[in-house]
Amino acid sequence: MHFDLTDQYRPRPSFVHHLDPRVKVVLAFAFILTAGLMPIGAWSGFAALLILALAASLASRLGLAFALRRSYIALPFALVALPLVFTVPGEVVYQTPLTGWTITAQGLERFWSLILRSWIAIQAAILLIAATPFPDVLWALGALRVPRLLVATIGFMYRYFFVLADETARMLRARAARSAKVEGRRTPSPLWQGGVAGAMVGSLFLRALERSERVHAAMLARGYNGQMPSLARRAIRRMDRVVILAALLLLVGLLAWARPS
Amino acid sequence: MLASPLRMHIPDGFLTPAISVVGWGIAVVMIIVALRRTRRQLDDRMVPMMGVLAAFLFAAQAINFPVAAGTSGHLIGAALAAIVMGPWAATLIMTAVLAVQGLLFQDGGLVVMGWNIVNMGVIAAFSGYLAYTLARRLSGESRVAVMAASFAAGWISVVVASLATAIELAASGTSPLVLAVAAMGSVHALIGVGEGVITAAAIGLLLTARPGLLQAGATAPGGRTAAVILVGLAAALLVAAFSPLASRSPDGLKAVAASQGFLGLGQAAPYQILPDYTVPFISHPALTTIAAVIVGTLVVFGGAVIIGRLATRRQAAGL
Repeated sequence: MHFDLTDQYRPRPSFVHHLDPRVKVVLAFAFILTAGLMPIGAWSGFAALLILALAASLASRLGLAFALRRSYIALPFALVALPLVFTVPGEVVYQTPLTGWTITAQGLERFWSLILRSWIAIQAAILLIAATPFPDVLWALGALRVPRLLVATIGFMYRYFFVLADETARMLRARAARSAKVEGRRTPSPLWQGGVAGAMVGSLFLRALERSERVHAAMLARGYNGQMPSLARRAIRRMDRVVILAALLLLVGLLAWARPS
Repeated sequence: MLASPLRMHIPDGFLTPAISVVGWGIAVVMIIVALRRTRRQLDDRMVPMMGVLAAFLFAAQAINFPVAAGTSGHLIGAALAAIVMGPWAATLIMTAVLAVQGLLFQDGGLVVMGWNIVNMGVIAAFSGYLAYTLARRLSGESRVAVMAASFAAGWISVVVASLATAIELAASGTSPLVLAVAAMGSVHALIGVGEGVITAAAIGLLLTARPGLLQAGATAPGGRTAAVILVGLAAALLVAAFSPLASRSPDGLKAVAASQGFLGLGQAAPYQILPDYTVPFISHPALTTIAAVIVGTLVVFGGAVIIGRLATRRQAAGL
């Protein structure tokens, strides 16, 4: 199984956890945007953003290395940026012996800047989810004018994902139990196995559809009229105002200060 | 979560903020229209049904099968959702899937999520739906025809979406256009086979178990607008690919064309669908790779239609 079914939320008695979820969502987006706007080769700027991310990780009492430890997730994607070290014209620093491709200083600078940007950005996303319960994140999205029906749909998905993941796990276990390797018989072709996987997907779809019909009926029985009521009402406190103002000023200041080396 | 390097979920940092904002702009318009259309289609069943089906797609992505050389086939699911629920509902389902993948599992970025929604939601759903309905119209009603059309829909949705992803990466100066298109296109030509097989088999099962479902998908809203939306998005992406924006970036096409040896690397990508990944008479290298993908698409689509027609004719002849 490839599901990481452990909840990503890490409860801690920290002031970051107590911040209004809207503040945290806005700050995470602002941080990621700042990383994206940081010019190529602005190493000091990247270092400052990294320090900020580490500081936020410390302030949420998750430990210095929490976000670092999980931030490798997006790195395989770096492969698509790798050709840049060869294709960006500039000062040649290395030539591969057989093929004669040239690696340029400018290409390396651009490549590493992209990697740093994405690596730093993902830490904000990791911290947001670790310090905010997912239902609160969804509530914040709704409060920030994301269409409520979409937020409700995402909320349903979050609620039933774990149920359907269990259902899938049972189907996969059943497939594994039926699929003994018999001595002297060939393993079936990928096409045949793909057909089996597809049939499993089809029957999982039917089960999900029928489940959604039962869920809908249960909702109607409880008085559902097409609107998702929510009880949680939060007010922005003084602490939230101070944090969001200070953090946004800091990020804008960083952008103004950072220069490409 | 299984992570192969050339997935389509773009992480944050790989697209410029300006391009990310454009992506969110398109995504927001599409999501709002999708919400309206789907609400009209499903009424108050919409929220639970779309939510549970999004959970289904996310879970179904874990059902995989070995293909070759350590890779495994699994589902993205936009085409499957579009065939059964219609393209607008599929856009909504994919948006929910991508939102949870990006927010909760950091699979795909937040600021770039707009493009991830446009690629794997809108473009994949509408191209898959269009391929399916067109192939069905041309090839008839037999079971094989339906499954062949589903295969084509699955394959085309993945390849077209990967092409769009490559163009966005190139327009951001993250990857040279020719290489991005060649690498993304060729890898996803293989991944698309897995998608196509699973989609076809799943639709085959639904055809046996709940034939009424597929009729509902065929009458879902969005059929008529599908072509318009796709052509519009394709035109926008092509403009982006060849605009000064793309060629002004330091890794312009010239540098790639100059180092022809490097172009060879793109062609030698492990899975290629056309022998040389170039089409004669077209000299622009990026245009050639895009043309090659289009030819591949036509071949898959044509094959599906021919197989479907033959099967329908045999059935009609009572064989």
